[in-house]
Amino acid sequence: MLNALKLYFRYAGVSIRSQLQYRASFAMTTLGHFLLNVITFVSIWALFNRFGNVRGWTLAEVGLFYGIVNTAFAIAEMFGRGFDIFPPMVKGGQFDTLLLRPRSTILQIFGLEFQLMRVGKLAQGLLVLIWSIANLSIAWSAAKILLLLAAIFGGVCLFTGLFVLYATVSFWTTESLELFNTVTYGGVETTQFPLTFYQPWFRAIFTYVVPLACINYFPAHVILERHEELGTSVAFQAASPLIGVIFLIVALQIWKLGVRHYRSTGS
Amino acid sequence: MPTSPHIIVENLTKTFQVAERDPGIWGAVRGLIRRRHRTVNALDAISFSLNAGEIVGYVGPNGAGKSTTIKILAGILVPDSGRCEISGRVPWQSRIAHVRQIGVVFGQRSQLWWDLPVIESFELLRDIYKVKESDYAKSRDELIALLSLDKILDTPVRQLSLGQRMRCELAAALLHAPELLFLDEPTIGLDAPAKLAVRDFIKELNRKRGVTVILTTHDMDDIEALCSRVIVINHGRILSDGGLAQLRANVTTERWLIIDLENEGAQIQDPQATVIRREGARVCLRFDPAQVSPAALIGRLAAAYPVRDLFVQNPPIEEIIARYYTEARA
Amino acid sequence: MKAYLAIISARFRMLLQYRAAALAGLGTQVFWGLIRLMIFGAFYAMPSAKSAPMSWPQVVSYIWLGQATLMLLPMWQDAEVRNMVRDGSVGYELARPLDLYSLWFARSVASRTAPTLLRSVPLVIVAGLFFGLQFPASLAAAAGWILSMFSALLLSCAISTFVLITTLWTVSGRGITDLTGPCVWIFSGIMLPLPLFPEWMQSLINFLPFRGLLDIPFRIYTGNIPLNEFAGAIGHQLLWTAALILLSRWLLALGTRKLTIQGG
Repeated sequence: MLNALKLYFRYAGVSIRSQLQYRASFAMTTLGHFLLNVITFVSIWALFNRFGNVRGWTLAEVGLFYGIVNTAFAIAEMFGRGFDIFPPMVKGGQFDTLLLRPRSTILQIFGLEFQLMRVGKLAQGLLVLIWSIANLSIAWSAAKILLLLAAIFGGVCLFTGLFVLYATVSFWTTESLELFNTVTYGGVETTQFPLTFYQPWFRAIFTYVVPLACINYFPAHVILERHEELGTSVAFQAASPLIGVIFLIVALQIWKLGVRHYRSTGS
Repeated sequence: MPTSPHIIVENLTKTFQVAERDPGIWGAVRGLIRRRHRTVNALDAISFSLNAGEIVGYVGPNGAGKSTTIKILAGILVPDSGRCEISGRVPWQSRIAHVRQIGVVFGQRSQLWWDLPVIESFELLRDIYKVKESDYAKSRDELIALLSLDKILDTPVRQLSLGQRMRCELAAALLHAPELLFLDEPTIGLDAPAKLAVRDFIKELNRKRGVTVILTTHDMDDIEALCSRVIVINHGRILSDGGLAQLRANVTTERWLIIDLENEGAQIQDPQATVIRREGARVCLRFDPAQVSPAALIGRLAAAYPVRDLFVQNPPIEEIIARYYTEARA
Repeated sequence: MKAYLAIISARFRMLLQYRAAALAGLGTQVFWGLIRLMIFGAFYAMPSAKSAPMSWPQVVSYIWLGQATLMLLPMWQDAEVRNMVRDGSVGYELARPLDLYSLWFARSVASRTAPTLLRSVPLVIVAGLFFGLQFPASLAAAAGWILSMFSALLLSCAISTFVLITTLWTVSGRGITDLTGPCVWIFSGIMLPLPLFPEWMQSLINFLPFRGLLDIPFRIYTGNIPLNEFAGAIGHQLLWTAALILLSRWLLALGTRKLTIQGG
């Protein structure tokens, strides 16, 4: 396990050095990501500024949702975009090169790419999170801090699981999967706002299919000590980040199925 | 040296399903609704066994089943039925343990990191293969010396010429001292000196370290230079398996006589020899040494025609293999 | 003209091959539209909505029109040309005696119209039938909208070609290209209808060219921009288009001279 971690850090170092070779464009890309996210939050702020509080929710509370999900997504993108590079590798036969190495394919694919540029979005997400917390009167406890960290961690696992699933589907079909971008970016945009804004069928997608609600909407209610309108229990809300972790574990098992399929059909 | 064969292959079979689509815009629309599949028999119960330290040529036309066999032996592909053991392991069942003992070089694909200096690719591979530092240092220095890599170690891989890159790929595949080496078109696109360098290296490697080598290539000079044994495969079946001399003998006992005439005009005819081709003043004839002795034939032709120079040779290996391909098609 | 038709039909055929993508494309756009609808809907349900500069039906149409014409936005540039810039082979193109600007501009037009037509027609039908997309506010609005969309196309290609030309001065082919995305995303109105931004931002928004990509045509369509302001609005689009074209041609000439003098 330790050896695998050491190898991953080596891979990450290689990836970072590769990206820093183009210093100017790296700076601009990171800045671009930062700006894009600032702009997204500005548009949310503009809505609150014009319309006032909406359905009993304030900007700072929405900021908490925004901060958790964007921080989690940015971290997941830093580590997990190797799975984005994967589909063309299957087509081009480079996956064979990975199979010829005495290491797990999952470790190698994580190691393909460490995207330092996502630090732009990470910084912005954290800024909003900190600003929101500063503007909310939360009665902090060790348990709540732990829950906040668990929510972010659960989010990282969930998004990573989505990246893994995206790569896994390419074992079976070479067709374009815009669907996944919709689910990740669309999921972020949706769960930035309270789940109760949306129609029941929409809520169901982000609770049961892509359970993003479990990593920010539900845990946030415990932190805010707010009554949850859909009627879930506090125990569920506190435990829900676990669902993100389970999602990743399931995704990794499906990946293994995909590798088995590849090895028996030779693609 | 192990007493049992290094590699055992028995009745290995593999079929593939290939999707088919009609051409044109209506084909594309129909493809939206329904997909058709076609069965390809890639391997049909092939069997052979190799001893440690052999250099084996594995030849056949495109689509013959060569890369399918290699992928199964390497542990990447799982066969439909049959048995395969390499040093007592089943390749596809213990992928990680098996893959640690093999090295693979693809002529058309690189396993090195494009942006990194060569030496850093080597060090990454050392970590991936978990090679002990002392073993790595010894292996690396030996390979650098054998392949003359000392001057290009700090060059990023993307800046290397094809010949330089090929030598680095060979070193990279051998850093972890594997017992079995797969070479797929290793000399493709290389100029003559580079090809010779690669061949010399493989011979030396085999002599020094006793590495078993399986070579798939269309370059018959590679085969002739390196392989004590040749396996010919086509349509998923093994057509021939044995030494080069035996391979030739299986196809034909004929010999070739190459004559360089004084001038282009002369037409050569002989009842016991057939003209195969003419290139300017050079005439190529084939004859059966069982029918007429070379000495007798040479004497006859030299007396009748203005011969400036001549020599006798075995038919080139391309000829032999080509006849296998055409025979198998019949 | 024939060349463009050939390019368009080739793209159609290619798109039909990917069956999942063909369906997913429509599905994802509907999905995005619905997300926006529900979020803005929650805000518009508040009493403060009465004083908003756009009515709710106008917002709904604005959102769906935005989804339908997403492909028109200058969010990305011609990948082939960018690669040419990156590996230096653009030097050969610059040395040739053809009007490179017009070629790049035409490519931009072709690559935007084909996917837009393919996506927008089914989306407009679905949104009109089920999700509240209204007809244009009046016949005049419809006519003005068509003119404005055409100007928006020209503006989009002018912006993307301009950004493409700036890459001649960078090593990796990126740079300003990565900053264009965020600017287009906020100032075109695709993320939030521009009138909903606070008052103090409106002068900046009104000056920048990006509102001509989306905000101007859609507000003409919904009647949010009245008839007497059409000329001013479309004029804004065309003025920026002309300015960018002139600037781009000058930059390209500069770049050509630089490269041909230095030998590429």
